[in-house]
Amino acid sequence: MTTRFGLLSLAREALRGHRGWAPQWRSPERPQPAYDVVIVGGGGHGLATAYYLAKEHRHVGRIAVLEKGWIGGGNTGRNTTIIRSNYLFPESAALYDHAVRLWDGLSRELDYNVMFSPRGVMMLAHSVHDEQVFRRHVHANRLDGVDNEWLTPAQAKAFCPPLDIACARYPVLGAALQRRGGVARHDAVAWGYARAASALGVDIIQECEVTGIARDPRGGAVTGLETTKGTVRCPRIGVVAAGSTSLLMAMAGLRMPLESFPLQALVSEPVKPVFPCVVMSNTVHAYISQSDKGELVIGAGTDGYNSYSQAGGVQVLSHALEAVCELFPTFRRMRMLRSWGGIVDTTPDRSPIIGTTPVPGLFVNCGWGTGGFKATPGSGHVFAATIATGAPHPIAAPFALERFTTGRLIDEAAAAAVAH
Amino acid sequence: MLLIRCPWCGERPEPEFRHAGEAHIARPADPAAQSDADWAAYLYLRGNPRGWHRERWRHVHGCGRFFNALRHTGTDRFAATYRPDEPRPDIPAA
Repeated sequence: MTTRFGLLSLAREALRGHRGWAPQWRSPERPQPAYDVVIVGGGGHGLATAYYLAKEHRHVGRIAVLEKGWIGGGNTGRNTTIIRSNYLFPESAALYDHAVRLWDGLSRELDYNVMFSPRGVMMLAHSVHDEQVFRRHVHANRLDGVDNEWLTPAQAKAFCPPLDIACARYPVLGAALQRRGGVARHDAVAWGYARAASALGVDIIQECEVTGIARDPRGGAVTGLETTKGTVRCPRIGVVAAGSTSLLMAMAGLRMPLESFPLQALVSEPVKPVFPCVVMSNTVHAYISQSDKGELVIGAGTDGYNSYSQAGGVQVLSHALEAVCELFPTFRRMRMLRSWGGIVDTTPDRSPIIGTTPVPGLFVNCGWGTGGFKATPGSGHVFAATIATGAPHPIAAPFALERFTTGRLIDEAAAAAVAH
Repeated sequence: MLLIRCPWCGERPEPEFRHAGEAHIARPADPAAQSDADWAAYLYLRGNPRGWHRERWRHVHGCGRFFNALRHTGTDRFAATYRPDEPRPDIPAA
């Protein structure tokens, strides 16, 4: 039974020495022999999918989430937590803004503080080309009803005082600012969705890796899964496995338009609050914000080759740090505490794939590349509706796998010319 | 950082190279005869395996030439690099 968080439960537990808190979600050792829907992948997107399935589509029946590692141990716990929706194309703006609207109010919905902090995301322009691209984004976003505004260098400096706008190597010619953008606590997002989904009856099975997908020999429809914890029968499978999606889809005989790359991030020693917002520089592949613990959280670009190693080259990190030191000279003597890598699945157009597949009963939500965290609530919400009805949710429809055959790409890769 | 052996220049550090995706994907001889699905497969569908991967690299800051490599995507270890006109080396047993 999940305890509702609040002043009363906190006061009661304070008096009892905090010995009464139960685990936040049920974690059955083994899966049941059969479910109606199985979500493969217990990251933020998979858990959000299970939560919205259980909450808004109760009729689908019994739901399980299978996670090969542990909840929040993959990309959900490895990213730099940036949230924004200022993408160029209307399809993307609709999808990411759907997520931003859900972020606002998510803590209350889940009864779990995900620490969503819309502190503003500022994207720096270092060249005339950057300026033209970002101004185009600002206009496109405004037409789509998404806030985004152009700042002069002086306004950018006022919004983020540590920024050196006269930086010789990377001069700041202006910036695009989305004030509703910001950050959230990534672990809390995974834990909050796990707790809320579990309370609605979803089985979350950790350390349960899928090793095969069983299909009906006649129609080809999925009939179940082989896992390291036994066979699970199920007529509907949602694969939400980020970097490992190609491996899972290959079990159903599908080749995907995906390549998996290492993406690295690092954090500094903690310091007092010094950095009020999120700053991104697409040109130099550096992203920076300050966590509530006081660490500077810095994201780099992807390594240049596909890999599942969850480790990348140190030259990629030093490239990001060199740029951070140029743009924020005050950070030059800070020490970095740790760095890590995650495996991101990128599509040719750098837009996600959400929807049905040629295999009946098999659904996929993947291809979020370097920027999936921001979309977690929206992605889960539209994917749950897609699985429940068997047809794409209207916001998800343009992101169908078929777009690579029809040619209707949503080319955010060309729009940004860099990683997101 | 990877240490990569260019078949022409020898071992050089990774920043001299650029990865160029999965190797041995042949452009269809008659593009007009392809179905949309065939063309999508040629352009976009990739194996993306966890294991041995045949891939192209280009020595952009060296000789500028493309070559192929056999690399394990779990360990990033290279088993071999080879020129486009050389036979494909076998996948290591272990």
